[in-house]
Amino acid sequence: MPLPPPRLLPSGDRAIAVEFAKNIDDAANQRVLALDRALAAAHVEGVTETVPTYRSLLVHYDPVRIGFDALGEKLLALSQMPAQASGKSRRWRVPVAYGGENGIDLEEVAKTLNITPDEVVARHSGGNYRVAMIGFTPGWSYLSGLDKSLHMPRRPSPRVFTPAGTISIGGVQAGIQCLAAPSGWHLLGRTAVRTFRLHRDPVFLTEPGDRVTFFPIDAKTFAEQERAAEAGEIIAELVAA
Amino acid sequence: MSKLVVSTIGPACSVQDRGRDGYQRYGLVASGAMDRLALSAANTLLGNEPFAAAIEIGPFTASFTARDGAVRVALCGAPRSIDIAGRAMPNDASMTLAEGETLNIGFARGGAFSYLAIEGGIAGEPTFGSLAVNPRAGLGSPFARPLQQGDELAAKAASGAPEQRIELPAESGPIRVVLGPQDDEFADDAKALFLDSEWKISATSDRMGYRLEGPVIKHLAGHNIVSDGTVDGSIQVPGNGAPIVLMMDRNTTGGYPKIATVISADLGRLAQTPAGTAFRFKAVSMAQAQAEARKFQDQLHSLPSRLRIFEGTELNIDALRGANVAGSAVNAVDVGTWQAETLEANRERT
Repeated sequence: MPLPPPRLLPSGDRAIAVEFAKNIDDAANQRVLALDRALAAAHVEGVTETVPTYRSLLVHYDPVRIGFDALGEKLLALSQMPAQASGKSRRWRVPVAYGGENGIDLEEVAKTLNITPDEVVARHSGGNYRVAMIGFTPGWSYLSGLDKSLHMPRRPSPRVFTPAGTISIGGVQAGIQCLAAPSGWHLLGRTAVRTFRLHRDPVFLTEPGDRVTFFPIDAKTFAEQERAAEAGEIIAELVAA
Repeated sequence: MSKLVVSTIGPACSVQDRGRDGYQRYGLVASGAMDRLALSAANTLLGNEPFAAAIEIGPFTASFTARDGAVRVALCGAPRSIDIAGRAMPNDASMTLAEGETLNIGFARGGAFSYLAIEGGIAGEPTFGSLAVNPRAGLGSPFARPLQQGDELAAKAASGAPEQRIELPAESGPIRVVLGPQDDEFADDAKALFLDSEWKISATSDRMGYRLEGPVIKHLAGHNIVSDGTVDGSIQVPGNGAPIVLMMDRNTTGGYPKIATVISADLGRLAQTPAGTAFRFKAVSMAQAQAEARKFQDQLHSLPSRLRIFEGTELNIDALRGANVAGSAVNAVDVGTWQAETLEANRERT
C-alpha cells in the first residue's frame, strides 16, 4: 500500500519544502530522514542541498538545471521509499554539568513539575534522543525523545543571552546549543561538547538522525572538559547505536 | 604588495562573496553578497572571477587609502558620489588609486549596498570555500567581523589596464513573489492585504532580515508553527503581524508562518531598496519565477559584454568642475544626474 504522499510546498523558485506533517511527529521525522537519504543516493541533477527538519525536508535546487514540476515528481516517487531506520545509526554520549550556575533553570523546572532537581536530571539523562534537525544557528541540535513528564511551555520571555554548550528543554523538545544565542527554553545544564567548531575534524559533530544520550558530570569535570574542548577535543563519546 | 587601508567606515560593511553553500543542514547559512549582480559587475570590471570576494559597503560613507603602491578597484551597486583625492569619479566603473590616495565614497542614494572589488581579489583564508563574513558563526576572512577603521587588505599592485565602465540593466516595478510555503496559514483577505499594500523597509533592517512597515497581516490560527527550513527571501510573519524578509545572514530554520517568498531574480533589487522607500509586492506563478531565474543567470553571464573602455575621465571632471559640481561640492549633487552628464560627455568624446 502506498504511503500518504507529502505536500510539495514552494519556497520560492529555488527550494521545495516536502512536508510530511504539520506537527512534531516521530513517524514524519523518520520519513523526512528517509527521503533525505534516498535523495542523496539518487544524485538528482540540480539539487544543491537539503535541510531535514522535524516534519519536512527543504530541498534547495538550481531552477536553471531542473524545474519545480520535474523535481516535485522525483521527490514524490522517492517519498515512497520505506521509512526504515538508517543503516549506520550512531550514538553520541554527551556529558552534562546539571544545575547551579551551569543550569540556572533546573530548580525552577523541578518546582513547576513538583519533583526534585535530581529527578529532573534522572529523567533528562535517562532519555534516548534522536537529532531531529539542526538549525537556527550552526550546530544547534534539536532532539526528539524528551520524557513526556518533562514537556512544558517555553519561558514567557526569552533570554537575550544563553551560553555556548547550553543543554535545555522547550515544549516537547530537548536541545544541544552550540553557540551563545538568545533562547526561550529552560536551561538544565551545560556541556563542553561543541557540535560546531572550526579547525576541528569534523567541524560539525552531529548529523540529523544521530542518536544522543546524556550523562551527568560535576562542575569541576565540566571545567576541565571545557579546556580540552578549547584545545579541539571532541569530548562526546561515539558509540554504536 | 600594495594594500588598501580602511580610513573611515560605517556599519554594515564586510567582505562578501557568493557565500558557502551546502551547510544549512548543520545550521550554517551561506551568507554572501546582498546584491549578486552588483558584486559580479564590480569583479567583471577588473577581470576577477564574477563572485570573487569584495567589500560590501552599506548605506553610509566609507573611505579607503592605497598604501605601499597603487591599487586598482571598481565600485558597483547603489549610486553614490565618489572621489579620489577630490577628483570626482563615476559609479559602475574601475579606477586606480595612486600610492597614498584616498577613495571617498558617499552615502548610498536610491540603493543600499555597493561593492568595492579589488583587482586580483581579496587575500584571505576561505572557510568552506568562502571568505564571506558571518559574525554570529565567527566566519569570514581576512576579518571574521564587519570591517573597522584601520583594517588593511592586501592587494596586488595595480595593473595599469585601461579603466572600464559597465552599464547595468535598470530593472524596476514591484518585487515579485511566489506565494507559500505557508500561505494557507492566512485568510484570503490577509493575503490580498499583503499583495495590495504599499510597504516600506524599516531602518532596523540588517543582513539577517528586512523588517517591513505597513498594514498588520493577521494569521488564521496563531503565529507558531513547528520550525521548518528558510530560504533567502522567505517572508515570515511573526506574532505582531509585521512581515520580515529573511536575507543572506538569516537563521536556517524558523517557526513563523511564511506567507510568500521573493523570487531569486528580484532579491538583489529588494536588498537595494532604501529604508523608507515605498514599494509593492506582486505574486507570480512558479513558471514565471523560474523563467526570471534563467533570465537573471543570463544577465550575470552577459556582464563581460556590457563593459566599455572608459576614456573621458579627465575631460569630464574638468567640465564638471566648471559647473561647480565636482570635488568638494560633489556630495551636494544628485548622483543620478551627475552620472548622466558624465556618460553624455564621454559619448561626445568617443
